[in-house]
Amino acid sequence: MQDLLYFSQQLINGLTIGSTYALIAIGYTMVYGIIGMINFAHGEIYMIGAYTALIAITGLASLGIAWLPLILIVALLCAMLVSSSMGWAVERVAYRPVRGRHRLIPLISAIGMSIFLQNYVHLAQGSRNIGFPALIDGGFNFGSGDGFQMSLSYMQITIFITTLICMTALSLFISRSRTGRACRAVSQDLGMASLLGIDTNRIISATFVIGAALAAVAGLLLGMYYGSVDPLFGFIAGLKAFTAAVLGGIGSIPGAMLGGLILGVAESMTSGYLSGEYKDVISFSLLILILLFKPTGLLGKPEVEKI
Amino acid sequence: MAANNFRHALFCAFITLIISYPIIGFNLEAQGINVTLTGADASTIVMVLLAALIVFLFQMFREQIMGGLKSIPHPLPQSNKEPMAENRRAKIESWVLTGIVIFALFWPFLVSRGSVDLATLVLIYIMLALGLNVVVGLAGLLDLGYVAFYAVGAYTFALLSQYTGISFWLALPIGALLAALFGLVLGFPVLRLRGDYLAIVTLGFGEIIRILLNNWTTLTGGPNGIGGIPDPTLFGMEFGRRVKEEGNTSFHETFGIAYSGEHKVIFLYLIALVLAVFTALVIRRFMRMPVGRAWEALREDEIAARSLGLSRTAVKLSAFTIGAFFAGFAGTVFASKQGFISPESFVFLESAIILAIVVLGGMGSQIGVVLAAIAVTILPELAREFSEYRMLIFGAAMVLMMVWRPQGLMPMRRIHIELKRQE
Repeated sequence: MQDLLYFSQQLINGLTIGSTYALIAIGYTMVYGIIGMINFAHGEIYMIGAYTALIAITGLASLGIAWLPLILIVALLCAMLVSSSMGWAVERVAYRPVRGRHRLIPLISAIGMSIFLQNYVHLAQGSRNIGFPALIDGGFNFGSGDGFQMSLSYMQITIFITTLICMTALSLFISRSRTGRACRAVSQDLGMASLLGIDTNRIISATFVIGAALAAVAGLLLGMYYGSVDPLFGFIAGLKAFTAAVLGGIGSIPGAMLGGLILGVAESMTSGYLSGEYKDVISFSLLILILLFKPTGLLGKPEVEKI
Repeated sequence: MAANNFRHALFCAFITLIISYPIIGFNLEAQGINVTLTGADASTIVMVLLAALIVFLFQMFREQIMGGLKSIPHPLPQSNKEPMAENRRAKIESWVLTGIVIFALFWPFLVSRGSVDLATLVLIYIMLALGLNVVVGLAGLLDLGYVAFYAVGAYTFALLSQYTGISFWLALPIGALLAALFGLVLGFPVLRLRGDYLAIVTLGFGEIIRILLNNWTTLTGGPNGIGGIPDPTLFGMEFGRRVKEEGNTSFHETFGIAYSGEHKVIFLYLIALVLAVFTALVIRRFMRMPVGRAWEALREDEIAARSLGLSRTAVKLSAFTIGAFFAGFAGTVFASKQGFISPESFVFLESAIILAIVVLGGMGSQIGVVLAAIAVTILPELAREFSEYRMLIFGAAMVLMMVWRPQGLMPMRRIHIELKRQE
């Protein structure tokens, strides 16, 4: 019974983290699906989302507003607005001029952008990590007596529900709306889509904006969950999310969701049963192994090399 | 058209405000557990508004500005002339290089200790950048975990000297060979991957090495690092005030001169200089050998190169291994220079800096890379008041380079033969 409780605790923690990874991974996978580049600065956009949310929360608190749902919604909207504007601007400044050039050029440009954004926040807000108020505390406890207690916090429930809402909204948007259909068309064949009268530049911008908005949601959620933010906090999270995207099959949106969950669980099982220090090693090794043995990921389509 | 332009410009200015005002205009301050928010001072806000205005004006009059920039005559009138003959250019280039090396040999005796120390660091970066240039510039493999091989070189020397008391001169080839072995072992499976996947895998590998160094406390000392790494000796002569090891003599006593701390610094500088020149010459040779041509051929067109019978794995693997070898070289020198190493020195940012040097200098071009290494290391030291903006400028420079001049400041000239014009 104890073992089962311990196992379920790791599972819950893993699914919590994993669902936020999935949110960030969507941004990678959508951009890769459409223009075939790794948006290296995506982790930084997520970090900026977390910072904006924190600024909004602190600002509202200093205005004396204490109604929790209002605070959360305002913080979420602010974070999404700033992050998606950032996503739009980054694409415009750093990626659009180099689109279609040799593969390495957009990637190096993206790395430069990532360094730039990291230091932008670092200079504006300092390098120290800043505490993020835990607005949602408490939770359910399972298990009795002096044995292991499994807990499911309200925060974790919030993360699940928010992720679920975002994913459902995204799936509906992609499958039903006009822009979503255009997105799918562009990701299948950019040239053909543009011949058929789709404004591909607009669709690519929209992809960046959607990805950045979801990353901002993840920024708010993970900021509250971890309890602090710092300018470097996007880098590792971005790498993890990229791993999740590759694991699920890059370019595939359901794949990103699945990959995020699997990666989160794998990580929390490692820290629960082996050692917390090596959980990053596990996820990077997982990334290397997948790329070596199944580069298409779990749900990705095999890519045919055209000559 | 004008109204459209105006709307676009307004939109861009608005976006600029959104992405800069919340982050720059408010400061989060942590006081214990409580976080407070303060507005930035008026000058910062004026700057943000000014930035938005500049974006607005630029977008509004974009076509005029771009047209104006194009009509400015090229600053170098020579560029219209016929390019210099290849062999003459190569001759001039090699004379200039020889001159620089000779100057560099005598230079440390004229300047202060601090500048020599900085120059040693520059030389280490030159070695690293030349090595990475083989991988990224010539073979076209984006390696984001290059710093891992640097760490292997440095830690090899540190650990061997700690456990077996090995000397610098023996550790130099061992460190480099071990780094090359790591390159070979990592390269073998991953080189089948496509360009950007390769970049991510090498990045992951670099992080794994760093995390291992950080957490394997019993062997590497974890975050505390390893200290007491010995200095290099000159034919058994030590540069310290007192001789540490049995059988060695001290440099200042042998030559009967007064002890000075500068001797050691200058000696290290000269070692670094010799190794950097060695690196440059070896790689230059490689570039002219069939394997060097094969690197470039594979970079330019993989399918064509393979159809001409080049083995993709062997060629890429050779570039990867050679790059790693020189990183190990640089790592050993670095460990010896610092006397102390910790995983802090081998973070991803370091890889990014080396990559930035290669990109700024011009991928594949040796002179460009050397100049970029000098500029990137020395400029932040000269402009100390801007040093906190160093990485910000780096990032921006990498983006701007890719947008405007992806071939780098001094692009590589391909080796080619020109047919003489028949009279």
